[in-house]
This record gives sequence, structure tokens and C-alpha cells, in this order.
Amino acid sequence: MDEEISLAHGAGGEAYRQMVQEIFIPGYGSPELSQLGDSAVLPGPGQSGELAFTTDSFVVWPLFFPGGDVGSLAVSGTVNDLAVAASVPRYLSVAMIIEAGFPTKTLQRIAASIAATAQKAGVRVVTGDTKVVEHGRADGIYITTSGVGTFDGGWRRPDQQVRDGDVLLVSGPLASHGVAVMAAREQLEFNPPLQSDARPLAGLIRSLLASGLSVHAMRDPTRGGLGATLCEWADSSGLCLTVQEDALPVRADVRAACALLGLDPLFCANEGVVVLALPAAQAAAALACLKAHPDGQAAAIVGQVTAGQPGLPGHVSLDTGYGTLRRVTLPAGDILPRIC
Amino acid sequence: MCLAIPGKVAAINAQQGTIDYGGVTRQADMTLLPQAQVGDMVMVHAGFAIAVMDQAAGEELMRLTAELDSYGKA
Amino acid sequence: MEKREMVARLADILAETSRGLPDFAVMEVCGTHTHAIARYGLSALLPSNIRLVSGPGCPVCVTADETIAQALTLARQPATCVCSFGDMLRVPVRVQYPEGETGLDSLLRERGLGRDVRLVVSPLDVLRLAQAEPDRQFVWFAVGFETTAPATAVLLRQARAAGVPNLKVLCAHKTMPAALQALLDPADSKPAKQPIRGLLCPGHVAAITGANAFQFVPRQLGLAAAISGFEPEDILAALVELSRQLHRGQPGLRNMYPAVVRPNGNLAAQGLLSQIFQPSTATWRGLGEIPASGLSLRPAWQEFDALNGSLSPDPAATVCPVAETKPSACHCGPVLRGDESPLDCPLFMRACTEANPRGPCMVSSEGACAAASRYGTGGAAVRLKEHYRAGSGAVSGHNEFRKEPDIYG
Repeated sequence: MDEEISLAHGAGGEAYRQMVQEIFIPGYGSPELSQLGDSAVLPGPGQSGELAFTTDSFVVWPLFFPGGDVGSLAVSGTVNDLAVAASVPRYLSVAMIIEAGFPTKTLQRIAASIAATAQKAGVRVVTGDTKVVEHGRADGIYITTSGVGTFDGGWRRPDQQVRDGDVLLVSGPLASHGVAVMAAREQLEFNPPLQSDARPLAGLIRSLLASGLSVHAMRDPTRGGLGATLCEWADSSGLCLTVQEDALPVRADVRAACALLGLDPLFCANEGVVVLALPAAQAAAALACLKAHPDGQAAAIVGQVTAGQPGLPGHVSLDTGYGTLRRVTLPAGDILPRIC
Repeated sequence: MCLAIPGKVAAINAQQGTIDYGGVTRQADMTLLPQAQVGDMVMVHAGFAIAVMDQAAGEELMRLTAELDSYGKA
Repeated sequence: MEKREMVARLADILAETSRGLPDFAVMEVCGTHTHAIARYGLSALLPSNIRLVSGPGCPVCVTADETIAQALTLARQPATCVCSFGDMLRVPVRVQYPEGETGLDSLLRERGLGRDVRLVVSPLDVLRLAQAEPDRQFVWFAVGFETTAPATAVLLRQARAAGVPNLKVLCAHKTMPAALQALLDPADSKPAKQPIRGLLCPGHVAAITGANAFQFVPRQLGLAAAISGFEPEDILAALVELSRQLHRGQPGLRNMYPAVVRPNGNLAAQGLLSQIFQPSTATWRGLGEIPASGLSLRPAWQEFDALNGSLSPDPAATVCPVAETKPSACHCGPVLRGDESPLDCPLFMRACTEANPRGPCMVSSEGACAAASRYGTGGAAVRLKEHYRAGSGAVSGHNEFRKEPDIYG
């Protein structure tokens, strides 16, 4: 572990993983935390069934970007964590840290965005907290949302383990959020502006699970992108995950921006995409189901899961499309544009 | 060392070129490429157009290289 | 012909053309080549007698500790903003602070501590920033080779024309030919592990300098030379050309990137370079001081020098680099010279990882170590044909925190 916390520890890569494993899990790791799922699954009171519980903080800059804002992001992020745990998102808390001098009009816009996104996702904001700090001690506004979901959807709950013989699907084009926010933050001025895909996925995931498919694992690949999620799956399952680079859906404008900035779409953040693993025999049905939903029209089969080699840890390989296969490893630290 | 990306010159306004990268455009500085015309394919590095592309030359070379299967057999 | 078909065909042709040649190494001196070779797993398509060696082609990697320490010192000045390209911000340097303590520092760390360090994707962004905030000094930490230096030249010309007094440059631009001569001089009797017989010349440098600027490679260094583009098929085609030259026993120079590179290059850019810069001695990480391998501002443009005059830092506030002592010393030097592969470094994938880089070759995504780490230890990509023949779903040889690459199958 490094001597001091750097920006890399907040970037969701290897440094972040190390911090969680060496500080938080030994420090206060409950059995639920140690699972490191998107949401913790908790026993409910009495016989009322289990609950999904999750929390997330949002420090995005700029606060408003094409396709979203800190408010819509704060709702979508938490709702999606609940939804990929196969729960029905129900309740949210919204806590804000606001800098003195923050314009009231901007706060109203953010609150309206939170309300609209919550309505779209079918959740209610039931509690909140607000602190104001001196000017200069926060970047405008920070938002933390926590959410509770219930398991009364009537569908089977994935055990979040990929299995030998699974195929890997994504519900939509990759990297849109990460690249859109970077373009807005660094004032890269693409025309038309790159749109974030930030959106709640509760509806899409509900239609998928309700159709009776045996989803084995499901995640929303946010920080670190699809690459980071697949690396974690490979690590926890000991299996070999292979993705076809050609099959990865990426919007043409995002692909161009990635080329210009030297970014790999595999590692850019998404806020409106779900990746799932399920048996190959159900791949076509799952793809049809995703494509039938407005949030899943660009869904694609991107890879498959096979048994690893004996003695080798699980890993992710990428078929480059040029007759070669190379290893995909967890990105480290912040992803920065590469120019030279 | 030098990431450069091809794009098509969509417009030129003094030193400012509008470069189309297939559905998305960005401004690039044209100072280093005074001869570039609207419609040219150019390579852009660090916000500057640095070379006009001659795609025919590239394709011809690739065709020649791929055809000479007998290279080195002699 | 479709791209992938072209690549497969060129790989077969390369196997033919290189047949019978004794083992040889080809050096690539462009970080974007290093990156592309690793990203597309091209090493798996090469015949066993060809080895690719990364040279000093990543401008971030070759930037000397002293220069980075100067940037850190400038970033710690009041009302000063240091701007550079993304990867430059992450390079760690062991430094001694003015207060006497030592530690690993980087521009990104200084930013984390609240100093004004900004990432730009074009030098012209710095002009825009300086005009928007006239009360702040903006320093363009200029790194890059011939491809990038003209952009700095345009920046300075525009800054002068617009009368922007709060823009300076910390100039660390470098040029390729003198460094290649110093590195690959046949008169130098340094024993090489595997003889470098060919050079994959950097396509986008040549777009500026012209193909002819690389004539010295066959003539003075006696090496086969091909100017190459950056797509998988470009690189394989250039390797075919190099093999052909070696078969003939006649090193030459061939422009295998004619779509972009002309014999005489970009004359407008060359004119600007000589108007604003003059050749100077530069310090390269791993190579040391090389005469005429850097670009410094001509006297008429000295007013923009960040180390000159108004911004000149108080000596008592200077951040100094501290030499790393063995055995913790990283091997970026020998790796940049092509003497060692990342696997030869005792820190590689142990004390030095992408999350915790110790040397610039691991920091920059174009660095040989980062490429080897991210895309498989020592480039141990696998050719699909053989992969499926072996009938297994696993690719071995990467990131296992062991030094030897597994031989697949």
C-alpha cells in the first residue's frame, strides 16, 4: 500500500482494489462487505425477505455534461447497483455537501434532475441530509446516494459467478459516459457534443430477468469500464474470459474520440450499460430480449467463458481480430488522454 | 511517440480547420499545412494537421507488398 | 483486400522473406509503434528469428528527472499553472523537497495536493487558458519529438502576436537523428545481446522531417531501415521490407508509409522549427547527454523561457531529483537503449507495476514496460491458429508476477 492516498486510489483500478483489500476489509469487513458486490444482500426484518443495500458518492466535474448531470448520475448509479443485484430498486437517500456560494438556481436544477430520474427508475427519495462547507472546501457540490431494493420481483437471483460455457453480453455501446465527461471536463469541444449514456437500467434489467433467462452474473461496468468488470469476474471465478474486440459496440463518435485521445473504450466508464453472463444456449434469446427494450437496442454478444488452464489463475483475453490473442489486465489509476 | 489520427477537412476558416472524424468534428490548427484543401484527408497530431494523406500511394504500396509472395525465396 | 486478411497474408509473407536469416532484432523508436505492436499482439505473428526491441521512442519516458523536477518546482510557485500531456503528469521522480525531505513526486501528485497542474491535448489549449486567466502564469511543459515541436512553435508565434505575457515554455523537445546515432553507432563496441540489424523508423516524425532525414540509418549506421505507419498491416509490411533488405545484404531506406510521408517532409513545419528553435545538447533518460539532440529557444524567443527571468524559481524553493540507489534502481535506462527487455528489470511487475510505477517506461502507455505489462509479459500474445490447435481456452504468460514468460502450449 502506498504511503499516501493519491487520485489513483479513487479511480477503481489496481490501487483502489489494494486500498479496499488492505484497509477496509481488515478494518471493518463484514461478511456482506467482503463479497464486494454492487449491493450488499441483507436479511430483512422478520420474515419480510432479503434486502439489497448500496451506496455511492458522486463528485463529477463538470456538474452538467451532455446527456446528464450530477443529479441524474447520482440516481442512476445507485439504482443500477441495486438492479444488477437482481433486486427491485425501491428507496433512495440523497446526502449533499454544498460549498457556500453555490447558486440556488443550480441546486434547483440538480434537485429537479434527481426527481425526474428517480421517477423514471421507479424509486422514491425518502431521506436526505445537507451540509454546507466554506467556499473552497468542496468542488461546488458532492452527492452521496444510498439505496434499498427488495427481492420480490419473482425472478431467480443470479449467484454472480460466471461459468464455463457462458457467453458475455453487453446491453449497449461502451465508453459513452467516460468519454463524454472527459470531453466536457477538458473542454475538448467535439461537434456534435458527445452524449453520456447515464440512465437508470432498472426497466431493462427487469424485462431481462422477468423473461426467465438464467443469468449467472450481471454488473454495470462503471469506473474502469468493461475491462475492469471482466478482470474481476475472471479473478473470482478462475475461468478464462475471451472478448472479441470487433464485437464490442462503441458509437462512431465515441470511437473517433477514443482514437484522438488515445483511450481504450474497454476501460472507459459506462453509466447506462449492463454486462451479463449466461449459458450459450440462451444467448440469442437474451440478445433479443435486450434489443426489444429502448435502453438495449445496441446490445451485443461480446465474448465467452471457458475453463482456464490448470494451474493458471483466471484471466481475460482479447481476440484482436488480427489472428492474435492478448491478455487484458486491470487498468491502473486514472485514465488520461494519450497524445504523444 | 506521436499519436496522429486521420480525418477529413470539412471546412477551413483562416488557421482553423474543421476536421470530420467520421460523425464527429473537432477544430484543428492548419498553420502547418497551408496547402490543405476542403475534402483532403489529413493526419492530425496534438490539435494540428501535419500531413495531407495520399491514400492511393498507401494502397498501391500495400498491394505491391502483399503480392510479392516470392520475396526472399530466391 | 480486407484488413485482417491483409494482416494474415503479410504475416505469411514475412515468414517467407525472413526464412534463412540468422536471428536478428529490429528496433522501433516510436512509442506509438510499441503500443500498436503490443495492443494487436503482433509479436505472436512474427517468425521466431525476428525480435522486436523498443528504443527511446516515448518522449515522456526519455524526459530526464532534472527536467521533471524543474516542472515540479514551477508547479509549486504561487499563481502558476503547469500544463502538459496526460502521461507526462504521472511520471514519478524521487526528489528532495526544499524542506529537506525526500519522496516520490509527480505533477499529478502535486495536483492532488492542490497545485495548479492541468492536462491539455494541444499546446494551443495553453494559449486559450493564459488569455482567460491573465493573472496567472502558464507554463507549457513541452515534450515530444519533431512531430510535436512545430505545435509549440505555432503556440509561441501566436502568443507573441496576441501579446500574451503570462505564457512560458519549459522546453524539453527532442529530435531523433542525433539520439539514434549515439545509440546505434557501429563504432561503439558495446556488446549487444542480440544484434540490431534493422530500424522501424517513426512515421509521424518522418511526416515532418521527410523520409530523407533517415538516410543516415543505412548510410552511417549500416542498418536496414523502413519508415512505417501504425496499423498492424503497416508494421508487418515494413518488417517484410527490412527482411528483404537483410536478405540482399544491402541496407537501404524505404518509405513504407507513403500515404503520409513525403521525401522532404512538411516544409512549413520545418521552417517554423528553425525559426524558433536551435539544436542544443539534451539529456535523455538512459542515454545521457547527447549533443544536438534537443531543441532550445533561439535568443529572439528567450522571453518565453520558463527558466529565464520572471518565473526563475528561488533556489531555496527548488525541488531536486535524488539519484535512486541500488538495488531499488529501475532499469528504464537499459530498456530505453534496447539493451534489456522489461523482463530483465528486477522491479518489473514486482516493485514496479502500472498501479505503482517506479519508472517512466511503466508510466507512459507508450512505454515498453507498460505495453509489456498491460498486453502480456514480454509481449507473450498468442497466435490464434496455434491457440485453437492446442485446444485450450487459456493464454499464459502474462501478469503472473513471475519473470519468465510462459511459453504457450
